[in-house]
Amino acid sequence: MIEFTFWDILRNLLLAARWTVLLSLAAFVGGGVVGMVVLFFRIAENKWSRRIASGYIALFQGTPLLMQLFLMFFGLPMLGLRIEPWTAAALGLTFFASAYLAEIWRSGVDALPRGQWDAGASLGLHYLQELRLIILPQAFSITRAPTVGFLVQLVKSTALTSIIGFEELVRTSNAINNATFEPFKVYGLVALIFFVMCFPLTQYARALERRAAVR
Amino acid sequence: MGYGLDFGWLAGAAGAIARGAATTIMLIVVTTLAGTFLSILGAAGRRNGPVLLRQAIGVYVEVMRNTPFLVQLFFIFFGLPSIGIRLDPILAAMLAMTLNMAAYTIEIVGAGLDAVPRGQTEAALALGLRPRQVFVKIVLPQALKVIYPALTSQIIIMMLESAVVSQIAVRELTYEADMLQARTFRAFETYLVVTMVYLVLSMGLRRLLVSGGRRVLGAGVS
Repeated sequence: MIEFTFWDILRNLLLAARWTVLLSLAAFVGGGVVGMVVLFFRIAENKWSRRIASGYIALFQGTPLLMQLFLMFFGLPMLGLRIEPWTAAALGLTFFASAYLAEIWRSGVDALPRGQWDAGASLGLHYLQELRLIILPQAFSITRAPTVGFLVQLVKSTALTSIIGFEELVRTSNAINNATFEPFKVYGLVALIFFVMCFPLTQYARALERRAAVR
Repeated sequence: MGYGLDFGWLAGAAGAIARGAATTIMLIVVTTLAGTFLSILGAAGRRNGPVLLRQAIGVYVEVMRNTPFLVQLFFIFFGLPSIGIRLDPILAAMLAMTLNMAAYTIEIVGAGLDAVPRGQTEAALALGLRPRQVFVKIVLPQALKVIYPALTSQIIIMMLESAVVSQIAVRELTYEADMLQARTFRAFETYLVVTMVYLVLSMGLRRLLVSGGRRVLGAGVS
């Protein structure tokens, strides 16, 4: 049997945490890009476009992320794609994030007074220019706190990808626990590592919220 | 391609899916009741308790909110036995869900308590009610009314999160799905059906909570 010292455990967990960070970033960036597309559909003039986007958001907010990941993992091979845990994890979290981010940003767009659109139109801007120059910058600016708050949720959600076999922090900790039989220490450390990643973001979101409240 | 969807197994699986859904519902009912109760105590303690208690509740909330539910579940189910606390999977699941939920609802309930004007407490005290009566009869009902929508969302989020407890072999909806797909080799179809069951559950739960809240707490609850 191999002996693991405390430092061996911690080092292996920290190495695995790199994948948690990478997956979180990939899902946040991917979710941001797809979320922008969903947002365009969600705030379009066309009734059907809005309905489809609402349905998309309701679908992802009304089902467990674990199920979404399973469907990615077992559904992608049916489309003829080679399946890797990484692909399923990154794509699953991307779609999950896109629904939440689109809804957060939509609330920002809705919060702007109607006059902002009218002012843009009266300056002769067309729809896309209005969005790009007037509406979206303001909508993003007032929804910065919930966006950061969602990032915390996303980092925590990456833990679920261990279940479909992606080798991140939790999956590595399961393996270490099976070798050392020290679940109290191992899962305690995992919780601590997640806390160190998430707590600064939580505090940042709070600071943004306070700043927004003052203004 | 050449892969056709096949739902022929569904007829024989309805019972298992219904049993799993029933367990999921049972879990969320217990969690909602215990979690809300705990968070009322927590929120009150955080406002009126001794300094040490306030700080302890603050730390508890931060730790639970900044770590994944899956890790909390593993810590409770695998970690606690090493200090002598051994729990059934279903008890561990209920405990983890309740503790997780309470961390979020302590903040929600707290916001509701803060939203009740100070004059309400003063008026009730002036009428000769004891402090506990003031809290239970005057402040709490008004606070619950304010926070009801946020509480509803949190309950639904928790219901969706409960899928994770299949990982410690609690026989709820996701666990039954895992078993079914292992037997039928129709993984995608199985998870698709079960995902739809979750969707129906979450939409139904929301509708039930909204209409129930309207009846109990009065109009204005959305």
